Amino acid sequence: MKQSAYPYYPGCTLKASAKEYDISARLVCAQMGIKLEELDDWVCCGAASAHGIDRLLSIALPARELVTAQKFKAPLVTACALCFSRFKFAAYELRNEAMRNLIKYIIGEGEIQQNSDGVIHLIQLLDNNKDDIRVKKLLNGLRVACYYGCLLVRPKEVTNFDDEEEPQIMDKLIKLVEAETVDWKFKTECCGGSHMLTRPDIVIKLSHRLLYQAKQAGADCLAVACPVCHYNLDSNQKKIEANYKDNIGLPVFYFTQLVGLAMELSPKQLLLNKHFVNPMPLLQRKGLI
Amino acid sequence: MARVGVFVCHCGTNIAGVVNIPEVLEAAEKMPMVVSATDNKYSCSEPGQASIREAIIENNLNRVIVAACSPRMHEITFRRALASAGLNPYLLEMANIREQCSWVHSDNKEIATNKAIEIIKMAVAKVIRHEPLYPRQVGITKRALVIGGGITGIQTALDIANAGYGVVLVEREPSIGGRMAQLDKTFPTLDCSACILTPKMVDLSQHPKIKLMTYAEVKKVTGFIGNFEVEILHKAKKVDHLKCIGCGICWQKCPEKVPSEFDLGLGKRTAIYIPFAQAVPPKPVIDLSHCRYTKYLTWVATGQEGKKPPECRICEKLCPTAAIAWDQEEQLFTEKFGTIVVATGYQTYDYSHYKEYGSRDFADVITGLQLERLMSASGPTGGEVTRLSDGSHPKTVAFVCCVGSRDQQRGRPYCSKVCCMYTAKQAIMLKEHDPEVQCYIFYIDVRAGGKDFEEFYLRAIDEAGVIYIKGRPSKIYQDGKKLIVLGEDTLMGRPVEIPVDLVVLATGMEPSAGADELARNLNISYDTYNFMVEAHPKLRPVETHTDGIFVAGACVGPRDIPECVAQGSAAAAKVAALFSQDTLTTEPLIAVVNQARCIGCLLCVTICPFKAVDYQTTQDGRLIAATNESLCKGCGLCIAACRPKAIDLRGFTNQQILDEVAGLWL
Repeated sequence: MKQSAYPYYPGCTLKASAKEYDISARLVCAQMGIKLEELDDWVCCGAASAHGIDRLLSIALPARELVTAQKFKAPLVTACALCFSRFKFAAYELRNEAMRNLIKYIIGEGEIQQNSDGVIHLIQLLDNNKDDIRVKKLLNGLRVACYYGCLLVRPKEVTNFDDEEEPQIMDKLIKLVEAETVDWKFKTECCGGSHMLTRPDIVIKLSHRLLYQAKQAGADCLAVACPVCHYNLDSNQKKIEANYKDNIGLPVFYFTQLVGLAMELSPKQLLLNKHFVNPMPLLQRKGLI
Repeated sequence: MARVGVFVCHCGTNIAGVVNIPEVLEAAEKMPMVVSATDNKYSCSEPGQASIREAIIENNLNRVIVAACSPRMHEITFRRALASAGLNPYLLEMANIREQCSWVHSDNKEIATNKAIEIIKMAVAKVIRHEPLYPRQVGITKRALVIGGGITGIQTALDIANAGYGVVLVEREPSIGGRMAQLDKTFPTLDCSACILTPKMVDLSQHPKIKLMTYAEVKKVTGFIGNFEVEILHKAKKVDHLKCIGCGICWQKCPEKVPSEFDLGLGKRTAIYIPFAQAVPPKPVIDLSHCRYTKYLTWVATGQEGKKPPECRICEKLCPTAAIAWDQEEQLFTEKFGTIVVATGYQTYDYSHYKEYGSRDFADVITGLQLERLMSASGPTGGEVTRLSDGSHPKTVAFVCCVGSRDQQRGRPYCSKVCCMYTAKQAIMLKEHDPEVQCYIFYIDVRAGGKDFEEFYLRAIDEAGVIYIKGRPSKIYQDGKKLIVLGEDTLMGRPVEIPVDLVVLATGMEPSAGADELARNLNISYDTYNFMVEAHPKLRPVETHTDGIFVAGACVGPRDIPECVAQGSAAAAKVAALFSQDTLTTEPLIAVVNQARCIGCLLCVTICPFKAVDYQTTQDGRLIAATNESLCKGCGLCIAACRPKAIDLRGFTNQQILDEVAGLWL
């Protein structure tokens, strides 16, 4: 099997509440012969707050990591959608020479190369190397609603990820492991994001709509690529059900966990037991474990 | 021997306030061949012109220089002055010492005076080589071609014909009528659209001066103003319209039902069809892509593979006048015209790019034009507005303005102008159809500029109780039987979520398909959206940069019906004015080819933006370029491109330009 290495920026949530995303990502990549090399001494990307407080700071923080990643010949891989968005925004802003000089002055180290393709999301990494995904167990019968969230696709001129309304890249991966993907209109609608801390009423409403619509579309579970989406849809699901007196019961997977299952990694390895909505009954029912 | 007169104009203080006139006169008198140099306070005034006339006669002048303003300003004025003194008007040269001298050097009088002298020096060197030129007269074919049979084309054709000139109207659909025929009512008067349109359609079909060619397309255009040759393709109707009496038995009995284009897929038509009941001509064509007999013939011709289709031919068996003509093929005819009016109109924006609005996935999301068909008494539902999903009557309706308009992300930044008013009209009409209906209109701005438009908009709010919400919806989705419209009320600053039974997208206007190809054929300009470009948006709204070709109506930009009618009449007035002359005078300042020098590279043919350079073979068999005097605008591009310097522009010959430069050093 070929071996390749990519610089990897896990971000803060993947070290804590979304640990299962980090672990499953590394396992899946290892199976594909891809080594994710975590950046040395990485700092916060500034997501959720820096860009609302100080524009320069919000560019300088990711720019510092972009400089660190430059020594690799491969693009920087991020798994969290918020980190991805911040890195893409920084790369977009750094196309401007005056901004490059200013940021270089702020971070005070290294030359900043002008390369807006220097950052990719984990989905893109898997998609680019999909021939290396060795499927050992097909996930037949599982009906998955792929939920991309807002930050991967928007704004298109910055992230250049996929269609803003009807993205397909995650659907293609899930279809590759022979699970079924449902056609639904809420792939990129807002889950409420970090407003869970300040306006939980809004987040509960928006997340309920997503879960309800996924269920209406006939999904048994959701696949996500963002730790904040996962938090709102999974750990809040009980609260949402109570609030709307609605029985939803949809497990929420990271897409890496589903790909990992198809690689015959065990649920324990993939930390499926970390989810609030227990996915095991569904997987047992479908005969997948 | 040239006898040059120089007339220096003060232009009040415009020139005299900066340029030292006596010094200029003194210098001018000493220039070669100059017989007299005089000044005038205002040369263009009647006394000023009279003094030029007198000087010409008194000094026996045969070349004149007026040192004054730009030739764009008064060249024609002074040419007339020369003509009235018995001199060929093209023996004039303007020396521009105002725009190019006094106005731009007002801070330095000395430099300005020297420059004025040098400009006059150059003019003297050039004017000496002026030759008398004579305009040419060309005949006119007094027959107009109107392309497009919507309300604009109909109005244009009727007005030209009523002025007494022949008209051919070409329409690519089987019937004239265009978009207006599809509308139910018109704003702001709520006139029945068909009731005011169909009499005009009938007038047109019965007018002795108008020849109607439906199911036909313009393929190729050559020639020039007064003398166009146009190739018109007559598509195969497969019905002999001379024999057909329009009884209707064929389209009633034809067994093949297909979605009707006229009803925008909401209703059905047959394979042999007229698009709508009041169609003109009221005679059918056979749609070969759906006709069963045609499918049978294809099956026979391709080796009889697969299941044998029915032979059908029911229309042929039932036709009382034996008008079905299977042997009729498409035909190309060439006709001559003096002018061409383009009135190809618009189509509505295809909203499938709007994925957030469902991209046509929801049966109960329709377009404004589809709602017109549903509201029309002659429409597919007989005027009942029902949902396509379950046939129920909608009680709540949301309208979304600016779909495919004012949206830079979709490449449609322009306003389509009519949507604000037609959504208000449709909301009012829905309330009249059913008083229980509640309408919501999502808008960006309500643009009600027009006679009685604002009052009409207020009527929608006051009488029909329409709720206007300022903001473009972010998403439309299906929830059970309802459609949920998500958006923001930007005035209240809060999100809105409205469940409705029906959503109407006010899709914007774009030029009809193929407008760009037609414009290229006609050699007229079109913009990035394929709208035709007028010669001047304010002062020459129906003319184009190609003489003899006019544009009118929604093919130029979004327009409502009154504007289209006004433009149609305006284009007709231009045509009639042209046809009131027996010959056309053409400008003699054009490019001429020196046959002996031309090497036949024909670079000029490809470079000419007016298609005015063609080629011909000389008696000794050489290929050479030849300019068309009627098409040439004298732009000079071919002259710059000509390698052996075989082309010269009359009045601006290569020699004259060199002399001008040399004249500076005299």
